[in-house]
Amino acid sequence: MADGSIGLWTVPLAVLGGAIRVSTPFLFVSLGECITERSGRINLGLEGTLVMGAMSAYGISYLTGSPWLGVLAAGITGALLGALHAGICSLPRVNDVAVGIALMLFGTGLAFYLGKPLIEPTAPRLPAIDFGWWSDIPQVRAALRVNVLFLIGVALAPILYWAFRTTRWGLLLRTAGESSDAARAMGHSVLLIRLRATMVGGFLAGIGGSFLSLFYPGSWNEGLSSGQGITAVALVIFARWDPLLCLWASLAFGGAAALGPALQSVGVTSGYHLFNAAPYILTLAIMIITCSPKRTLTGAPAELSITR
Amino acid sequence: MTSEAADSAEAVGTIAPTADLGFLRRHGGTIEYVLIPCAALAGALVVFGIFVMLFGKNPLDLYFYMYYGAFGTWFSWQNTLTRAAPLILTALCTALPAQLGMVIIGGEGALLIGALSATSAALLLQGMPPLVVQIAMVVAGVIGGGLWIMLAGALRQYRGVNETISSLLLVYIALAILNHLVEGMMRDPASLNKPSTREIGAVNMIGSIPGTDVHWGLVFGLIAAVAAYILIYHTVFGFAARVAGGNIRAAKIVGLGVSKLILTICFLAGGAAGLAGMVEVAAVQGRTNANLAAGYGFTGILVAFLARQNPLAIIPVAILLGGISASGGLLQRRLGLPDASVLVLQGIIFVFVLASDALYGRIGFLKGKS
Repeated sequence: MADGSIGLWTVPLAVLGGAIRVSTPFLFVSLGECITERSGRINLGLEGTLVMGAMSAYGISYLTGSPWLGVLAAGITGALLGALHAGICSLPRVNDVAVGIALMLFGTGLAFYLGKPLIEPTAPRLPAIDFGWWSDIPQVRAALRVNVLFLIGVALAPILYWAFRTTRWGLLLRTAGESSDAARAMGHSVLLIRLRATMVGGFLAGIGGSFLSLFYPGSWNEGLSSGQGITAVALVIFARWDPLLCLWASLAFGGAAALGPALQSVGVTSGYHLFNAAPYILTLAIMIITCSPKRTLTGAPAELSITR
Repeated sequence: MTSEAADSAEAVGTIAPTADLGFLRRHGGTIEYVLIPCAALAGALVVFGIFVMLFGKNPLDLYFYMYYGAFGTWFSWQNTLTRAAPLILTALCTALPAQLGMVIIGGEGALLIGALSATSAALLLQGMPPLVVQIAMVVAGVIGGGLWIMLAGALRQYRGVNETISSLLLVYIALAILNHLVEGMMRDPASLNKPSTREIGAVNMIGSIPGTDVHWGLVFGLIAAVAAYILIYHTVFGFAARVAGGNIRAAKIVGLGVSKLILTICFLAGGAAGLAGMVEVAAVQGRTNANLAAGYGFTGILVAFLARQNPLAIIPVAILLGGISASGGLLQRRLGLPDASVLVLQGIIFVFVLASDALYGRIGFLKGKS
């Protein structure tokens, strides 16, 4: 054990490390989408937002030398894309699901276009906090190298849970999501509430993207995100629009996504691509188990088009 | 301005023969369906022109090369039509379920599964007469892709799983299956750098339409689009589908088998995309590898929305978008634009087309009111 070879223990350790590392983008996108969907609108474009966030974070970090400015830029980019989504959706008779698909293609295309010159250079990455200092085993230390963004995300989940229930802002958001008529009767603009909710959602999704390019995997290329954004949107549905459940689901997903690389590192290479698809298969499986055609899902915002 | 136009039309209508007004009243809706998407397209092109201007390119050059690369020469026409063929088929994958009010965006997955099934059929039947192999490939491609999207439809009907999300997840799963098989069981040991299956054989390729370099896949696409149009607008089955799409409760009350409708339509939709996969294998690639995930499935979604889910309108729209993607190479060589510029333009068009939905019924002079 002392020489660092820990045999098959590598797999659960890598899955644990993956649950911490890989889950962060899932966590941010799902929390962002949770806010948007609670206001009664669905933004399928977060896949594009994630990629745009990753690209702009990498670009700004490279140009300014500060990865934290990159994170901020990613958030702002995400908020702008969110504003675009909300703006188009506030036109009469425009379907929010279709706009989401359009922005998914637009965001991805724009990121590939603007990110072309960023594939070569290396940008400064985000620092990590070493929680594994007590261990001599390198794999344990590697698994416990935690990024600050992960901690922020973990803290954000209970804060959102609390905010949805008790703050004025949370109540307004939920009113818009449950009954737009009620919100209107109270004298609030539903469109404005949804605009803000979509922008905050986009901001968080953009930050999730910055984690991809600035920490793990930690580079910019066109294959950076393949479906993490859309998986996170699906994750919100089976987390029943509950931020705390989003946190647990994201951790489970991170672990599932780390399974392929972990098995590869101990020499199991045959099913590599299938194991890489584990998060998608898991999402589909959980959706099949938890959804039902008979009733609307508990906790679903009544105004949400996708659950009607 | 629009109300003024309506007013003046009204004023003219009382003096001049009313034939003009009647024409508008009868065909105003149709004109609207042509005019508004065209305006959206023009708006998107202007925005894209401004976008490339920010990068120091001349937008007039851009429009010229786009036209030249898409429709300028016989060569570019052939290139455009070759790309339009799979787009017609993948657009049907979104447009057919849309009649039922379902948003399916997984055409790319059905295309990949269709390609895999068609390739498997061809490899199993090596040595048989080419026509037998080709028919088997079509059947296998349609069944493979059809079952793939039927899965999304069945999940929606029997488990209440949202079909938009499940069909997109199925794209990633299909890609994983393709990579797994192509790098494992079905790998041709001779394909070193780019893992691929064995070739289906030159005799089994479906070849070109005589006198052109455009492969027969275009004809498959045209037949499928016309067949889909007849099915949706001129059969009882299509009428039932449109009733169910308009009001699912009404459909249940009059006793329509909604489950059967959903499964059949999803099978046909996936079958069309699977046929696109078969065409790409049997007319272009000659084998299955990761090259097949070229994004035809995703562009097909845009084609369907731009054509307002009408199977006949898909044909010209697919040719138009095939042209845009055909001109990508020229834009790259002449203007130094990245290959992703086609994706950006497609995204902008998509956004404009959806935003233009707000305009229907609001253009005063088309209403032809008296």
